[in-house]
Amino acid sequence: MAGQGCLVANDWICWEYVTSRSRELTDATVEHVWITAVSVLVGVAVAVPLALLARRGRRWAAPVLGLTTLLYTIPSLAMFSLLLPFFGLSAALVVTGLVLYSLTILVRNVLAGLEAVPEDVREAARGMGYGPGRLLWQVELPLALPALLAGVRIATVSTVALTTVGSIVGKGGLGNLIAPAVNSSFKAQVLTASVLCVLLALVADLLLLAAQRLLTPWTRPGRRAAGAAVKAKGA
Amino acid sequence: MGVMARAWDWLADGANWSGEAGVWHRLGEHVYVSGIALAVACAVALPVGLWLGHVGKGGALAVNVSNAGRAVPVFAVLALFMVSPLRSAGYLPTIAALVLFAVPPLLTNAYVGMREVDRSVVEAARGMGMSGRQLFLRVELPLARPLVMTGLRSAAVQVVATATIAAMVGQGGLGRIITAGFNTYNTPQVVAGAVLVALLALVVEGALVAADRLLPGAPSR
Repeated sequence: MAGQGCLVANDWICWEYVTSRSRELTDATVEHVWITAVSVLVGVAVAVPLALLARRGRRWAAPVLGLTTLLYTIPSLAMFSLLLPFFGLSAALVVTGLVLYSLTILVRNVLAGLEAVPEDVREAARGMGYGPGRLLWQVELPLALPALLAGVRIATVSTVALTTVGSIVGKGGLGNLIAPAVNSSFKAQVLTASVLCVLLALVADLLLLAAQRLLTPWTRPGRRAAGAAVKAKGA
Repeated sequence: MGVMARAWDWLADGANWSGEAGVWHRLGEHVYVSGIALAVACAVALPVGLWLGHVGKGGALAVNVSNAGRAVPVFAVLALFMVSPLRSAGYLPTIAALVLFAVPPLLTNAYVGMREVDRSVVEAARGMGMSGRQLFLRVELPLARPLVMTGLRSAAVQVVATATIAAMVGQGGLGRIITAGFNTYNTPQVVAGAVLVALLALVVEGALVAADRLLPGAPSR
């Protein structure tokens, strides 16, 4: 189906395109992966303290949850443009925007996970002489892990998709291939880059699912925690 | 904050509001495209979601459609439409892409809203001899309303926000002000455009909340 000359014929599916531009495709995919990975990692690093803050009571929860939800309503194109005066045309601009988006999902899931830790478990740990720090690290966070990882999965998948918009500042990973191909009506490039993007999201989701199973073996038989996380996402 | 001040100046300049590339024209395009997309998405997703919730089937479908929706980049879908024969079909590519992205939240929320209606209430209504139709219209739908409205609000805000991306493939709407600013290195214009879109999203959200309160049968909260 993809014989010689499909580049000339401007076919949708063109193996010749994939082989002749493999370098370009690899570079774009690598950029896409690291922008996504950095964004999600920074997102988690910011979301956990925010969730801990929100847990301290209603006085903190309302502004934290309100602000992260408000961030999600800002259009991605507008978000990247609003950050432009602060970062210039850089990858940091795209990563910052993506981190802000991931917070909506991550904070809610971390919070749901922490709140699902049974009070008597906390009491027992305190009774055994755990201080607040050790309680958090060794009891609460591990128990919140299933919900946290469920949030990371959703955030990663939507971050992979959103990264493409970063092509407006030239740092959009696979989006960088899509944008110019629209103007030149280069079908194979648009389709290949789009498909790669969706595949990337799928692979990332499966890898995270595997990690989730490895890290939280106790959730497998009952799977109650996963259900709680799904509910938190829907709310 | 020099940029913010200059963005304000850009907004205050009447010349930027008139004409083919002016704010009013772009705002009109934006509202038109988002409005049609949202209406079509509602017409498709709400009946299906509500019905699936009523009969209690297809939960996996509703959730999976919603999850798959997150994985597909809007920008890529729009780009695909723009290199297909749809290119010359005016606003159709943008509207089609937006419908695709508004359906998942509407569908999931309608389904979940119907399923979360207290089963004992449904049983009681059945016991009183209500038909399936009566049950649907007088018990399930009113009780599911808050969640369905939440879905509608998030879909509407998402559509307004996402319609901006149309500008990246050369379509109209407020996004054009942003991309035009990018192309001419006019940062104040970029910021002004971004503020306009964010404001529109907030106005739409506010309007839907108000409409929900004013419509008959609003839950007293």
